[in-house]
Amino acid sequence: MQKSRPSSRRLPTVPVLAGILPGGGLQAGAAYSVTNSTTLAMALLAGPSAAGAWCSVIGMPTFSVEAAAGFGIALDKLVLVPHPGDQWLTVTAAMVDVVSIVLTSAPQHVAPADASRLMARLRQRGAALVTMGRWPHSEATLSVTGSNWQGLGSGTGHLRSRRMRITAHASTGRSRTADLWLPDLQHGPWSTSVPAVHAGTEQQEFFSRSAS
Amino acid sequence: MVLWCPDWPITAALREHLLPAEHPVALIEKGEVFACSPAAREQGVKRGLRLREAQARCTSLTVLPYDPAQDARSFEPVLAAVEKIMPGVQLIRPGLCALHAKGPARYYGSEDHAAAVLLKALAAIGLTAARVGIADSPFAAEHAARSTEFLDEPERDSVWIIPPGESSAFLSSFPLEVLEEPALAVVLRRLGIRTLGDFAALTRADVRNRFGAEGALAHLKASGLDHHSVVERKPPAELDVVVHCEPPLARIDELTFTLRLSAEKFVDRLREAGLVCTVLSVRLQSESGEESVRSWRHPRWFDADDVLDRVRWQLQGSGNVEHGLRAGISRVQLAPETVEDLSDHADGLWGTGPDENIHHGLARVQSMLGHGAVLTAMVAGGRMLTDRRVFIPWGDPPSEAAAKSRELPWPGQLPGPAPATVFDHPRPVQVLDSAGVSVDVDERGLLTGVPTLLVAEPPRQSAIASWAGPWPIVERWWDSKGRALNRFQVVDESGRAWLLLLEDHHWWAEASYD
Repeated sequence: MQKSRPSSRRLPTVPVLAGILPGGGLQAGAAYSVTNSTTLAMALLAGPSAAGAWCSVIGMPTFSVEAAAGFGIALDKLVLVPHPGDQWLTVTAAMVDVVSIVLTSAPQHVAPADASRLMARLRQRGAALVTMGRWPHSEATLSVTGSNWQGLGSGTGHLRSRRMRITAHASTGRSRTADLWLPDLQHGPWSTSVPAVHAGTEQQEFFSRSAS
Repeated sequence: MVLWCPDWPITAALREHLLPAEHPVALIEKGEVFACSPAAREQGVKRGLRLREAQARCTSLTVLPYDPAQDARSFEPVLAAVEKIMPGVQLIRPGLCALHAKGPARYYGSEDHAAAVLLKALAAIGLTAARVGIADSPFAAEHAARSTEFLDEPERDSVWIIPPGESSAFLSSFPLEVLEEPALAVVLRRLGIRTLGDFAALTRADVRNRFGAEGALAHLKASGLDHHSVVERKPPAELDVVVHCEPPLARIDELTFTLRLSAEKFVDRLREAGLVCTVLSVRLQSESGEESVRSWRHPRWFDADDVLDRVRWQLQGSGNVEHGLRAGISRVQLAPETVEDLSDHADGLWGTGPDENIHHGLARVQSMLGHGAVLTAMVAGGRMLTDRRVFIPWGDPPSEAAAKSRELPWPGQLPGPAPATVFDHPRPVQVLDSAGVSVDVDERGLLTGVPTLLVAEPPRQSAIASWAGPWPIVERWWDSKGRALNRFQVVDESGRAWLLLLEDHHWWAEASYD
């Protein structure tokens, strides 16, 4: 079966992430997986949400709405289903029908047929899916490969800001890396225009950007 | 003709809470007694007393909060009973209503007989203390009804009839306080006027010139001439739907199947009246007499499927809703609590915007998982992170208390960016010092060792790169449910940050900055 490509329509994306995602941003009808960071998943949601899209979080009872609000996710357009139980697939499919971006923690085993049907629905509705953990049809897998906190000493201070090194492995095999400075996420709304793409697989100097 | 039920707030409270009539009860508003039952009054409780004082005087006192809505609600059956035999009732306030005496007096032969019939009808619904006054004006009639307790013929009904034209004479001996115009009463007393009779003797034009419109109205009342006409109440249309299930149904699918036609009738009847229901009250009664009542809100308005969903959710007891019914359902009542005009909710010519889809989609998920499974969230005030998030089922109104608590200062709340993962229940972790001993905080708030090792996911240990704390949090120290704990922020060698709690010598992970 020939794999159909997601439509070329892009959802508004945080500029730093737009630079490393294949296609220059979150694409409507595509799935992305995030392996080890809820913050990164929130950053993916922040772009569409700041532009007025409805977002949904399914099966993540530990999702912190306060942090989400801090990233510019509009809480009045955020719908949470913390415990979908064994109806995960039905609920996710129903959500895909109505919201623009769905963040979900996928169960360990999803039947390939179910996953394909969900992907077809995504493409039809033009929504994007972000899964925590692996997902068989994801366009890119994002993970945090480095994290550096500032503001905390030994017994003094408190956590102030964080710089994350994010790596995106595209399904085509390319991988790109960018540094995300947490306070940068407090701006928006994100435009759909694509900023200059950071140099492909070449490594950037970690923590090279000024703390402005 | 005025019908007066003395101590209506107390009667209403006794009926609502199914208490016996001789039970001492006090209704409290703002920490003071607002009304009390005769039994409580005998023991010295009176209006305006502080709560503590009232409880000291009468130890068996049942204290309930005063609820004006409850008064109005429980007076409704009384009005309905009166309307059954005499049309055209005006509700003055709960416990007091006025009606035209002329019609009933002609129908029943005399005013006396009409009043007797009225009292008999009320006695039939269990209201024996009602009193009736008949006079030229509602004000005079009200005071006639109040004066019936001074009647010296106990075997007669509590009815006081003032013959036509004698109202002002009847009122003349009353003090000025009954006008309930304290400012006016003070001035009049300084002018040497002490009774309504003295006040009524003044010329109407003079009173109007000196005291304005309010004074003129009070003068009319004192003369027994205030608004003669009783504004008749139009009985509200019957919008409730009651379904009796014979035999009682134990299965939800059977019940919803039975209810389908009734739910459609309920919605259609509202639509015929030009209304839509936005808040629905569902009352389920089981065979064994148990009852479950709950009101449901809808983000738009209820159609028949939504009504059935709500009945089903109430029975399933999803989320925090507990129905507690164990026997089959024998009676279902659907009542619209809030109705709005249909035209305010009509579909626009070009549709009602994109959010309509959202409502339909989320309603579908809710009907799969239950009402409490689809949530929106608010950030509230609080020290602990789980207190700071408030989940609201889709369709329910945002919590005002949560929004208000956010404005308050919360000393001890977490500075800096919020953690992305907040555990519902803190997870046990271990924090060890360089000697491998668990770190603790002594009674002076000092650490017993330097945290060097974190065991967050048991087999794996990671060294602590940087940390801060202890930040003491003492919540509700005056309460046995209060907590005293210390909070720490810790970053391990992999760059992952944790928010840890130390309570009672045990370490917990409250949240993680992943």
